[in-house]
Amino acid sequence: MAKRPTPTEFIVERDKDRCIACQVCVRMCSNDVHIYDADTNTVTSDNSKCVGCHFCETLCPTDAITIKKNESSFKPNANWSVSVISDITKQAETGGVILTGMGCDKPYTIYWDHILLNASQVTNPSIDPLREPMELRRYIGRKPDKIELDYNKKGKIELKTMLEKQLKLEVPIMFSAMSYGSVSLNTCISLAKASHELGIFYNTGEGGLHKSLYKYGKNTIIQIASGRFGVHPEYLRTGAAIEIKIGQGAKPGIGGHLPGEKVSKEVSEARMIPEGTDAISPAPHHDIYSIEDLRQLIHALKEATDYEKPVGVKIAAVHNVVPIASGVARAGADYIAIDGMRGGTGAAPKVIRDNVGIPIEFAIAAVDARLREEGIRTKVSLIAAGGFRSSGDVIKAIALGADAVYIATSALIALGCSQCQKCYTGKCNWGIATQDPYLTKRLNPEIGVQRLKNLIRAWSLEIKDMLGGMGINSIDSLCGNRTHLRGIGLSDRELEILGIKSAGEPQ
Amino acid sequence: MRHSEQEKLISGCSVAGIMNESGRKISGEAIIRSIAVMRERSNGLGGGFSAYGIYPKFKNYFAFHMMYDDKKAMADAEGYLKTNYRVVKSEEIPTIEDKSIKNRPLLWRYFVELKDKVKNLYYDLTEEDIVVNDVMKINAEIEGAFVTSSGKNMGIFKGIGYPEDIGRYYKLEEYRAYIWIAHGRFPTNSVGWWGGAHPFGLLNWSVVHNGEISSYGINKRYLENFGYRCSLFTDTEVILYLFDLLVRKHKLPFDIVCKIIDAPLWEEIDRNGDDEERELLKTLRIIYSSALINGPFSIIISDGNIMMGLNDRVKLRPLVSLKDGDTVYMATEECAIREVCKSKKEIYYSKSSEPIIGKLKN
Repeated sequence: MAKRPTPTEFIVERDKDRCIACQVCVRMCSNDVHIYDADTNTVTSDNSKCVGCHFCETLCPTDAITIKKNESSFKPNANWSVSVISDITKQAETGGVILTGMGCDKPYTIYWDHILLNASQVTNPSIDPLREPMELRRYIGRKPDKIELDYNKKGKIELKTMLEKQLKLEVPIMFSAMSYGSVSLNTCISLAKASHELGIFYNTGEGGLHKSLYKYGKNTIIQIASGRFGVHPEYLRTGAAIEIKIGQGAKPGIGGHLPGEKVSKEVSEARMIPEGTDAISPAPHHDIYSIEDLRQLIHALKEATDYEKPVGVKIAAVHNVVPIASGVARAGADYIAIDGMRGGTGAAPKVIRDNVGIPIEFAIAAVDARLREEGIRTKVSLIAAGGFRSSGDVIKAIALGADAVYIATSALIALGCSQCQKCYTGKCNWGIATQDPYLTKRLNPEIGVQRLKNLIRAWSLEIKDMLGGMGINSIDSLCGNRTHLRGIGLSDRELEILGIKSAGEPQ
Repeated sequence: MRHSEQEKLISGCSVAGIMNESGRKISGEAIIRSIAVMRERSNGLGGGFSAYGIYPKFKNYFAFHMMYDDKKAMADAEGYLKTNYRVVKSEEIPTIEDKSIKNRPLLWRYFVELKDKVKNLYYDLTEEDIVVNDVMKINAEIEGAFVTSSGKNMGIFKGIGYPEDIGRYYKLEEYRAYIWIAHGRFPTNSVGWWGGAHPFGLLNWSVVHNGEISSYGINKRYLENFGYRCSLFTDTEVILYLFDLLVRKHKLPFDIVCKIIDAPLWEEIDRNGDDEERELLKTLRIIYSSALINGPFSIIISDGNIMMGLNDRVKLRPLVSLKDGDTVYMATEECAIREVCKSKKEIYYSKSSEPIIGKLKN
């Protein structure tokens, strides 16, 4: 049987009049798309290798290159789309699982785009953040229901309550888990240093901790996942908090796989595995087969770190997220991070990424409501994750009930990522999802730090503006305050689960 | 009326309070005159008063002031009351005939004590807890019945009209109290429900409020954790319940409660050089972040021992005060104080979040 031709995804258009054959594209493309012919002194392209990352387009000094989506393909068909036919063809050829990177790109409803925010008019003056104080600080961790006070002999009030360790966030946004190995060290350094300067936290993922990152420990959430890679006493002691990763929004129910090609000498040291071997995290933790096992692990980690660090648990937003979260809270977690189905990944089977889990909007709304019904909401903080694109998404998540949000994809976009979804190949032209030294040096961590700080600063300013508009001067008063949200274009059932009224309904 | 209403009421207002710290009682004449000069700030759609020390003969009994839409509501509520309480006295609240006062509900008051069998049944609750639960239940579940106030030796008198007209309607000049609090209302919608006028009361608490609470949504959900049911379609009730929760249940002093609902800014806390105090303020904010009241407000609140005036964190609503001997005056505008206080002393303009407190001497 003849091999079926699948159309290339992209076409590299080169303007011959503009191209000066400088070959910068040839040298820089990690996918070897561009080919130089010395005899004719011309550059040509192999469209089949192009992933659409636009790196060459950015570098070309004469703007000769344009990357276009290949429109010429099969007969249009709503059911049998080009990507479906391509995937089937690939699987017929290889017998393998289709891999992909980053978050689900299917056009499921993005509920953030169906939620509108409130603003004050006349009866309640809006507050101008340029003139008035506007507070974004949040504390993550377990809180008691009430404070205990005592009076000393002089009648002065003394504090009896000893709060459990909290994470202080100057802005309720953190950088979500991305492991060293899946991303480059320069990416990790950018995230770590930016967190340090912003007064927030980044998360190590399951990558262990490279020796150069220990100095950012106070702004680091260290993760313990099912592979236990890179976990040792000093690792536990270095972080500000410990996160047990049960699941990830992009691939709920399965483990992880870092291909051996990405396990360089330094990655192997950080992960404590042999160089060049695949790092495979099992689907479940092999010491957690039930909720009481999780409870034991939480307390074992607290014992190991003298109860000085909050221990959180990250779960994927799945159908049963509500009782699962309740169980996790009762198992003693200080925070629960819930990762929605649009959360990113370095590598996941495409069929899982695109078909498993639920959107974060429903998960956070339902979990917050249930924890309140059960009277245990104060005992645990909620962190929402999975596809936050703007300060608008962030503020809506907080109003639905999240104490803070995790962002990762947005942070990578700030560092250059163009969402080509090829992280798993290790050939990231932007120097982010790769360990190839030729590529990683393209990301200058000093510039990376500045860009991440700019992004968080911009979002903070926008959040302050929106808060002021609502007549609120502390993020505390928005957290869980759904009266400031209205739904648009949603069914009654969706509004009910989100716990919000429809646009047009007054308070 | 209330149950067909779907919206939260929004209003602007005037507030006034007079307290004699020695417990000397004065007639309601002064507070009526005081609130009347601020007529400009209300629009005839709500006025009310709370008075402390008015029922000395029944000071050991809970005084339930009730509003009923009709006889059926009255029968339902009385039936409910009588199962839990021994009613020592019940009577119609005296009023004058005034044709300008419209949509008058039935106004009734009861002096009651909890039956022993009820106390035994709820042995893990205090008497006050049981009363709170009953007030919540009547207000949320008995159609057409509303508990206006439920404290001891105090009562709330309110309705739809200008406050001075409501005061005369209830013949308040005939009552003598050591604390008087008044409210004139300017609601921005015209739904005429008498229960929606201020003050709002629960146990000995009464509160009047000028402003709007933008943190209402989370304050309400926070209070629901502790069994409070916000069913009055007003953001003011969350203030009342927060005070009840923090003072009565969490046993926190008034000044600490102010540091919770009107928390100092983080930058002020960070700057505080006293390590213990800084830690206390920080811990309060961390534990009680959902009890922070946000948005413009000035309130006057009392539990019968203390009368306190308080502003929001950036002072977006006016409140002034003056202390003359053992009498403390508070009001939205200076004119309301000058009208009833002969002192030439300067008016005190409190800062944002600064509580003004009148305290009963022993």
